[in-house]
Amino acid sequence: MEAFVDIDGVTLKYRGASGDIVALQDATLKVQRGEFAAVVGPSGCGKSTLMRLVTGLHKPTAGTIAIDGKQVTGPVKMAGMAFQNANMLPWRKVIDNVLLPLEIVEPHRSQFRSKKVEFRAKAEQLLATVGLAGFGDRYPWELSGGMQQRVSLCRSLIHEPALLMLDEPFAALDAFTREELWCVLRDLWQRLGFTVILVTHDLREAAFLADNIYVMSARPGHIVQIKSVDFPRPRDLQVTYEKDFGDIVMELRMKIAQVRQS
Amino acid sequence: MNPRTLEKLSPWLFTIAIFLIWELACIVFKINTSVLQPPSAAFAAMFKLWRVFLYHSWVTLWVTMVGFALAVGFGIILGLVVGWSRAIYRGLYPVMIGFNTIPKVAIVPLLILWFGIGEVPAIVTAFLISFFPIVVNIATGLATTEPELEDVLRALGAGKLDIMLKVGIPRALPYFFGSLKIAITLAFVGTVVSETLGANAGLGYLIALEGASFRMANVYAALLLLAFEGVLMYAVFAGIEQHFTKWAFRSQMSAAG
Ligand SMILES: Nc1ncnc2c1ncn2[C@@H]1O[C@H](COP(=O)(O)OP(=O)(O)OP(=O)(O)O)[C@@H](O)[C@H]1O
Ligand SMILES: [Mg+2]
Repeated sequence: MEAFVDIDGVTLKYRGASGDIVALQDATLKVQRGEFAAVVGPSGCGKSTLMRLVTGLHKPTAGTIAIDGKQVTGPVKMAGMAFQNANMLPWRKVIDNVLLPLEIVEPHRSQFRSKKVEFRAKAEQLLATVGLAGFGDRYPWELSGGMQQRVSLCRSLIHEPALLMLDEPFAALDAFTREELWCVLRDLWQRLGFTVILVTHDLREAAFLADNIYVMSARPGHIVQIKSVDFPRPRDLQVTYEKDFGDIVMELRMKIAQVRQS
Repeated sequence: MNPRTLEKLSPWLFTIAIFLIWELACIVFKINTSVLQPPSAAFAAMFKLWRVFLYHSWVTLWVTMVGFALAVGFGIILGLVVGWSRAIYRGLYPVMIGFNTIPKVAIVPLLILWFGIGEVPAIVTAFLISFFPIVVNIATGLATTEPELEDVLRALGAGKLDIMLKVGIPRALPYFFGSLKIAITLAFVGTVVSETLGANAGLGYLIALEGASFRMANVYAALLLLAFEGVLMYAVFAGIEQHFTKWAFRSQMSAAG
């Protein structure tokens, strides 16, 4: 079966003042449609770079990237993105922050005025599914960090993207809020069925959420191991206390420690 | 008195205190009135010749406001252009810095030569001296868009204009309104400098005229009126700033608390 996201032998060089930096070297990664993929690896190995390549913000120096069989040559216009920082626009109400992608992406863009009511209802509904019912008319600064991150998730999903790209979205949150948001993301993914690529430093997060965990080498980055996680779904937080779970996390930890050394 | 009312009253209390100290110093140290006039003399002159002062204050005010309005219009356009592209930013910056370094008082004689004695050179001077902070602040505001947010929008297919309209310009608004407060006080400086050198009316003209005939109380009266106009317009633009960019004040407040 053809992969939904097909990263094939991709190399990326950044031009720097003091010589080029090879961020990725011959990275190959295939993510199936509907898969929840997690990417882990040492800091600076090129994970964020990989995200920028897949969404078409950078062109690879060598190799090709295809999404759904079509080669990526520019901004993909269909992926949702969220980062460690919620990046809210403080002058917009929560709901208008969520609606932002619809003001940009076609065909919603040209319908934005005529379908405003419908779009708002949809945004309210999405906010409700992440536990923020009734918060639409607040301003972002009235929300806690965890709540803002939920809004950021809603914003990345409002245009029903087939692909969701997450770059350490929960890294700035406390442990309890983080686990809460794992479940929020898990439920959204299970309900909506999009494909996810999640970059994270939290190996428990990767093991809890992902179908496959892709381990990257130190810079220049490429995939050195693919770890499948077979816990049945829907997964409960309880699974993180099982022995098998601990074993997977330990194995990943060893692997990353090893690639950091070399 | 509770701290809030004290805070509200403190600008008035300070102003009054300064006038009192000034007045007392003149009496206690028996300062020669040709060196320093007491404020009471300045106020007395103001009341005696109130029609004259009102007229010249009005001229200075409208001349300044016209120059300032031009600066706002031109400053917005140039700020957007400079903020639009790094190449333009880099290209224009040295030119603007160079221009801003030239003391405008050095240009006024040229302006008078070109436009003749009157309001026009004063308007142009007010304009020239006050557009720079507006341009710089708008360009800075546009340049400080978070790269990640830009990524989110660009990945969705947003063009440069989209990003500018949705993020850049709203983000630049607090900078813009902040710069208006600075620009308006500079505009007064420009007007008065020009009026001092070549005009038929205005507080600057009055200061030069009365100073030349050693009617110092009138000079002080004109200076006080000028200061008053500056404070008044500053307050107006501070109010406008508060009104239009509540979010910036609020989000800072919540970030601090
Ligand atoms: N715009 C850029 N210009 C030059 N070099 C860059 C640029 N962005 C990233 N790099 C370099 O490329 C390498 C990979 O960066 P990247 O941000 O992809 O790492 P990362 O895996 O996301 O790291 P982290 O886990 O710390 O977020 C780093 O060594 C970095 O210095
Ligand atoms: Mg990163």
